[in-house]
Order: sequence, then C-alpha cells, then structure tokens
Amino acid sequence: MITLANITGSAPKRVLPGFGLSLGISLTFVSLMLLLPMTSLFGQLSGISLAEYWRIITDGRVVASYIVTIGAAAVAALVNAAFGLLLAWVLVRYDFPGKRLLDALMDLPFALPTAVAGITLATLYSSNGWMGRLLDPLGIQVAYTWVGIALAMAFTSIPFVVRTVQPVLEDLPNEVDEAALTLGASDATAFRRVILPHLWPALVTGTGLAFVRSLGEFGAIIFIAGNAPYETEITALMIFVRLQEYDYVGASAIASVVLAVSLALLLAINIWQGRFIKRLHGGRG
Amino acid sequence: MSATSLFRRGALGASLAAALTAGMVTPSVAAERELLNSSYDIARELFSAINPEFIAWWQAEHGEEIDIQQSHGGSSAQARAILQGLRADVVTYNQVTDVQALADDGLVAEDWQDAFDNNASPYYSTTAFLVRKDNPKGIESWDDLVREDVDIVFPNPKTSGNGRYTYLAAWGFADDQFDGDEEQIHDFMRTFLGNVSVFDTGGRGATTSFIERGIGDVLISFESEVNNIRGEYGSDDYEVIVPPVSILAEFPVAVVGPNAERNGNLDLAEAYIDYLYSEDAQRQLAGFNYRVNNEAVAEEFSDQFPETELLRVEDVFGSWDAAMEDHFANGALLDQLQRR
Repeated sequence: MITLANITGSAPKRVLPGFGLSLGISLTFVSLMLLLPMTSLFGQLSGISLAEYWRIITDGRVVASYIVTIGAAAVAALVNAAFGLLLAWVLVRYDFPGKRLLDALMDLPFALPTAVAGITLATLYSSNGWMGRLLDPLGIQVAYTWVGIALAMAFTSIPFVVRTVQPVLEDLPNEVDEAALTLGASDATAFRRVILPHLWPALVTGTGLAFVRSLGEFGAIIFIAGNAPYETEITALMIFVRLQEYDYVGASAIASVVLAVSLALLLAINIWQGRFIKRLHGGRG
Repeated sequence: MSATSLFRRGALGASLAAALTAGMVTPSVAAERELLNSSYDIARELFSAINPEFIAWWQAEHGEEIDIQQSHGGSSAQARAILQGLRADVVTYNQVTDVQALADDGLVAEDWQDAFDNNASPYYSTTAFLVRKDNPKGIESWDDLVREDVDIVFPNPKTSGNGRYTYLAAWGFADDQFDGDEEQIHDFMRTFLGNVSVFDTGGRGATTSFIERGIGDVLISFESEVNNIRGEYGSDDYEVIVPPVSILAEFPVAVVGPNAERNGNLDLAEAYIDYLYSEDAQRQLAGFNYRVNNEAVAEEFSDQFPETELLRVEDVFGSWDAAMEDHFANGALLDQLQRR
C-alpha cells in the first residue's frame, strides 16, 4: 500500500508545509529582520582601517563605559538570577490570591516604554524621592550612581529569568523533591542536587539573556545614570553621542563591540547548554 | 493662550512626552496643503501657539485652507532624519550647525543665513541661570559657578545644543576674564565641568533633575526656558539670574528647498518663515521669553530682558565650524577637559 510517507519521501507528516518552503521563509525572514541591519552596520565599518577601528573602540572614555556597562549588567543579571528564580518558584509551586496578577506583572517591564521606567525609577530613588529619602540618611545613593544603572537594568531584564525558568519548573513535578526528601536528603541537598541541576540550563540562559539585554539598554538607564564622564556613562550613550556628531562610523564601531560580546556570550551559553543537557541525560539527550 | 498655561504640563510630563514622541509627527485633520516644520525639542508649546495664527492669516490672505504639522526632537536628530529622507519643508532649529549640516548636503541653500534677516534667526536668546529661592549661594555670574560649594546642572554638551551654548558661554566669559590665557581658561573650564552634578542628554531632562529631583544649586539653560520654568513652577521658589556676560544663541530657520519644491509648498514655506518676523509673531515669541529684533515689540517687553553683553560665537571662536571642531569633536577640547 502506498502511504503518504512513501509519496513525500521518508519524512513523516508535519503540520507546517514542506521543509523547503518553511526553511526558505525562515531564512528570508532572518535575512530581512536580522542580517540586513547587521550587514548595513558592518558596511559602515568598511571605510576605516583596522588601526582606526581599534583607536575608536579603545578610546579611554569608551573603555570606561564598557567597564560601567558590563559591571552593572553583571550585577543586575546576578540579582535577577537569584530573585527571578525565587519568583518563578513562588509562581509555580504555590497557590495564593493574586497569583495571576503577579504572573501578569512579570511581563510589565516588556510592555512599559523603557524611558518611562527610567524616569519613574529616577523619581523614586533621587534624594527627594520616596525611596531615595529613606536611603539617603543611610548614605546609600542610588540615582545618578552605577547602582541606579544596575537597578534600571535589573528592572528591564527580570522577565527573561522568570520566563525561562518558569516552564522548566512547571515540568518538574513536586514528587521529585518529595522523593529526594523521603530518600533522606536534607532540604538544602534536595535543592542543590536534585532541583537545581534541572533548572540550571534555563537559569543560565535566562541570566545570559538578561545580561545581554542590559548591555544594550539605553532608554531606562539614561534618566537615572547621571552620565558623569568616566563614572556613569554607559556604552549605549557613547554610541548616541557619536550619532549626534554625525559620526556613523564611530557609532557603528562601538556598537559592533557590544554586538560581538553579546553574540559570543549567547553562543557560549548555547554550546555549554547542549553539553550540559547531554551530560545530565547520560549522553542519551 | 498664555505661554505659561501652554507650559503647564510640567517638566516631568514634558520629558515623558519628549521621550515617547521624539521625532513623531503630530497628527491633524486633513487640509489641502500641509507644511511640515521640523523643530527642536522644547519648541512644542511655541509652535502650537504660532501655527494656528499663521493658518488663520494665510486663510485670510489667500483664501486657502492649509495645515501645519510639527516634528520635534533633539535638533541634531531632527536634521539627521531630514538627511535620511524625512520630507520637512522648513526647519526651525536652535543650532546653526544643524542647518549647516543640511546645507552641506544640498538640502538647504548654501547662503541660507542671508536668505532671511538677522542671520536667518527670527528670534534669539542667551544662556541664563535659574537658582533656588533667595539665591542662597549668591550666584551672580560665571565665576560663582566654579566655587567649590556650587553644584551645577546643565545638559550634556555632547548631546545637546543647549549644553553646547552653556559651555561656549562659560568659555567666552573665561576668555574675557583671563585675557585669553589658555592655561587659566582650561583650569576654569575643568573646574566648571567638574561642578556638574548630572549630565542629562537634553534640556528638559536637566530641568527635571533640577526641579523635580532637587539636584544642584543652579540650572543653566536658555533664558527663555528658565523664565518659562520659573513661570511654571512658581516665581516664589526660583529666581532667574541673567549673567552680565553671556552668549548670543540664535535660532536659525531655513526652507528645505528640494523638499518644499517636491511637496509644492515653496511659497507656503517662505511665507511661514517670513511670518515669524511679523510683529504679531514677534509678540508671541516675546511672550515665550525669546528676545526679538522687532523694535516696537522689543521696547514693549524691555523689562523682561535685562541688558547683558552677548558674545557672538563667530567673534570668540572664529566660526561655528571652528567651535565644533576645536571643542566638541571627538577628542577635542571638551573631551580633553573631561579626561581623567
């Protein structure tokens, strides 16, 4: 008997149309949405020599901005990793009134224009704001310091951690930790040896995405950063300044550094994750 | 409608709106012809007051119903949008260099500064100070701003034309004070820049930092802007100080020839700019605390604008091009003065 599989070759039936068509559309889409802007970005760079490029991206003030940006993004990502994990845990494992609301609230940073977030945070944390007034006597300055920058980054990137950990946690039934406990593991051991390994890949991906998102954030940070040269200037501002000077090449050069770092990190996470999952499943994954 | 009530939104609201709508075109009802005016960030209130008057005037003169659309944003970003294809008919900016960027690209006539009176600047202003009630730090002039106990707020000269004027005004003062002695001028400027608490990217952001966040002892901005702020936030809480020496800030206008021609708006565009020089428009401009050249109007509002020595960028720095190249270009003096 002739089956559908025989007609279309060995491939089993899929919901979406044939491989050729779907891959074709995917590639066209990727080219238009991602590769074309990237190409034009790097096209801007073709006019300068390598020495010139190096001079632009290693300018003292720009380097200072890398340190501020990467440092603050790292702090923001780590804070988000801890609290994002906790939030996902609470949302998955417990039932409480207002859970739906809290769940919906998690996406708010994606929905809110980042500039609005930045202005709101600056209002709250400046020395005459609600929070700033409480922190000021303790000698803690948030607005117009790098702490403010990290805060704005943490705000805009928290959904990445929550939303990547949440589904994985949902797939991990209660029985797993109960089994660990009945087998004599302490709470800490059960968390560390049983639960965490399952969440680890998702947590690292979420944290990585949050970090990369923070590297490129502009709108939310610019209002709370204070933008003092060498101290609280972020790399995105350096790019903005070059554009103000009609210096497209300089802007593209600095942007290419951010892009390269982001891409390298995302790639590293992907590769590491593949290996980790393989190891977790004893090479069968 | 008075300038104050138009300004009523407040700096926070305005900077929110600015952040959200930067570069967006205000939608409006359809009319036969539409003129697009590309303007600087803080001119929203100004042109929403002037445009209806011009539309009415044109209707009365030519019996034609027209409409004017506004586009506001940082003036460099606005010029960049036109370079990249935005079909604005006229530009009304706060920086000569941004019109010049269009002229360099052939979008504005090479001799655009001669096309209209006063270097194609229908109104002008200067850089002035806003201090807190009763001027507790006793700030009267530029040399008070380099004192150790004074914190300054003004927008980043790297990203804001407004900030560049402040920088040039301080330099002009120091140049005068120290008789052109470079080392002393540089020291003065280094201290001046070091006293800045927050470098916001634009004028409204700096206003928000000073007013809403209570940062700094003095806000430096256009005289028009500090007067509007004082009117808005209460004349009891703030005082305007116009220093005895400051810089002439021109607000250059030009017709974007190729665009206006293609849009069939050439006559309209020229009439619009001419209208800005009319007595009616000049009175409105003065109401928004801009200084004007129309003698009758200037006389009428003379109480509002203290006499002060206004330095011209061309006289102190040679030309705008030279000022940009020597001071604001990447790695130039501003960068050197801020270097650690």
